[in-house]
Amino acid sequence: MKKIIKYVVLDILRNRILVSYTVLLLVVSMLLLCLTDNGTKALLSLLNIVLIVLPLVSIIFSTIYYYNASAFIELLVCQPLRRTKILLSVYVGLALSLLIAFCVGVGVPLLIFDGSITAVLLIVVGMALTVIFSALAILGSVIMRDKARGIGVAILSWFYFSLLYDGLVLFLLFQFSDYPLEKPAVVMGALNPIDLGRIIVLLRLDSAAMMGYTGAVFASFFGSVGGMLTAFVLLLIWMGWPLCWALRRFNRKDL
Amino acid sequence: MIRFTNIYKRFGRLQALDNINLSFPASKSVALIGPNGSGKTTLIKSLLGMVVPDKGDITFKDSSILGSCDYRANIGYMPQISSYPENMTISQVMEMMKDIRQYNKLDEDLVKAFKLPQLAGKPMRTLSGGTRQKVSACLAFLFNPEVLVLDEPTAGLDPVASGILQDKILQETKNGKLVLITSHILSELDDLVDEVAYLQDGKVQFHKQVAALQAETGEQKLVRAMARVMENGGL
Repeated sequence: MKKIIKYVVLDILRNRILVSYTVLLLVVSMLLLCLTDNGTKALLSLLNIVLIVLPLVSIIFSTIYYYNASAFIELLVCQPLRRTKILLSVYVGLALSLLIAFCVGVGVPLLIFDGSITAVLLIVVGMALTVIFSALAILGSVIMRDKARGIGVAILSWFYFSLLYDGLVLFLLFQFSDYPLEKPAVVMGALNPIDLGRIIVLLRLDSAAMMGYTGAVFASFFGSVGGMLTAFVLLLIWMGWPLCWALRRFNRKDL
Repeated sequence: MIRFTNIYKRFGRLQALDNINLSFPASKSVALIGPNGSGKTTLIKSLLGMVVPDKGDITFKDSSILGSCDYRANIGYMPQISSYPENMTISQVMEMMKDIRQYNKLDEDLVKAFKLPQLAGKPMRTLSGGTRQKVSACLAFLFNPEVLVLDEPTAGLDPVASGILQDKILQETKNGKLVLITSHILSELDDLVDEVAYLQDGKVQFHKQVAALQAETGEQKLVRAMARVMENGGL
């Protein structure tokens, strides 16, 4: 398994896209951290980048990589290797390289220039989102046989999680504003990893005005620390289920 | 050595394999023949675990292969359409396979015969169809497997290379290996195979010794014998 991960990581690191992604993240975070005098403001801007750009790059890059590696996977499947191990190694290799890119691009500057607990929290959230969205990408590409369709699904799911979802929550809130919505709102928050990430960092920053409805409910429902812990547990679940589903699906797939 | 029991496989509306029962003993060379779309490749892929059958069981040395992977160390597979990581060179692919698999003894006869070391630095995407076939053949024989599965081995090879490959197949059968070959070119199978299994529409029409087939049809050449069988609408 280690050997396959090695080949995947080497293959990805040779790819210029990932290098330019790292450089882009590095430039943006340096600019934000050095040019903004207010630390919290810089963190919030970085948070937005982490919440929007990171999932997009993770899901698209992973999807395209999976389809490009289909020849490699086919070659491995007729070797004496377990299918679970093959897919898991491809996934780990992908997630690992994206994590390296994120840590170099955002993690290192944050730790050097800021170093607060909030910064650490932001890094953890970014890492979790990277892992989650590459798992979602693997799930989508295992299910979809066609490359174009797979990439379409990847873009759509990013679109849903980062844009459509907020609109949907607002729509539901207005439609059902006569009813108590605290509990449904908690459930709705749990259904979106990006929202969970935002809630975690904003609970720490205590900037309630930016938290949105689900975040406010989380704060009042679980308290600041409890809300953060709950959100973390939910993020862990988000890391697990797409991968488990993808592995089960891949074991029965005809190549 | 290999036994298929009541194998069914359906792709959408197409019944690709329909109650296949076959068994192949060691040190035989068997030809799987049949028209396009008769299920030959699906059968081979289900043996390799690339296609999961809907029903039935496949055993390798009397233990089921479904859900297992270690038996594949004993199979060398040469696919009909080979897929390799496009940006790796020939030598990188070979090294990677050696790295991933455990082996005692490498069989590099074909590597030498096909003069692959001269092409070692070429990326896979720049190779012609025939050269890719050569790489596939080398990889299939490289780890000295007990079973060789060759799907259209000589398609795309030039006459010299195809002759080298045929000699190698004969030699390995003599060494006690089971060789499964699918091919449409019946004339080149004449000297190679001991048994013939004929598939049509996902069903096994017959599975016979070549000698028996020759005796029944009164023809010496496999091409003519098969033509006679088809004219008479099966045996």
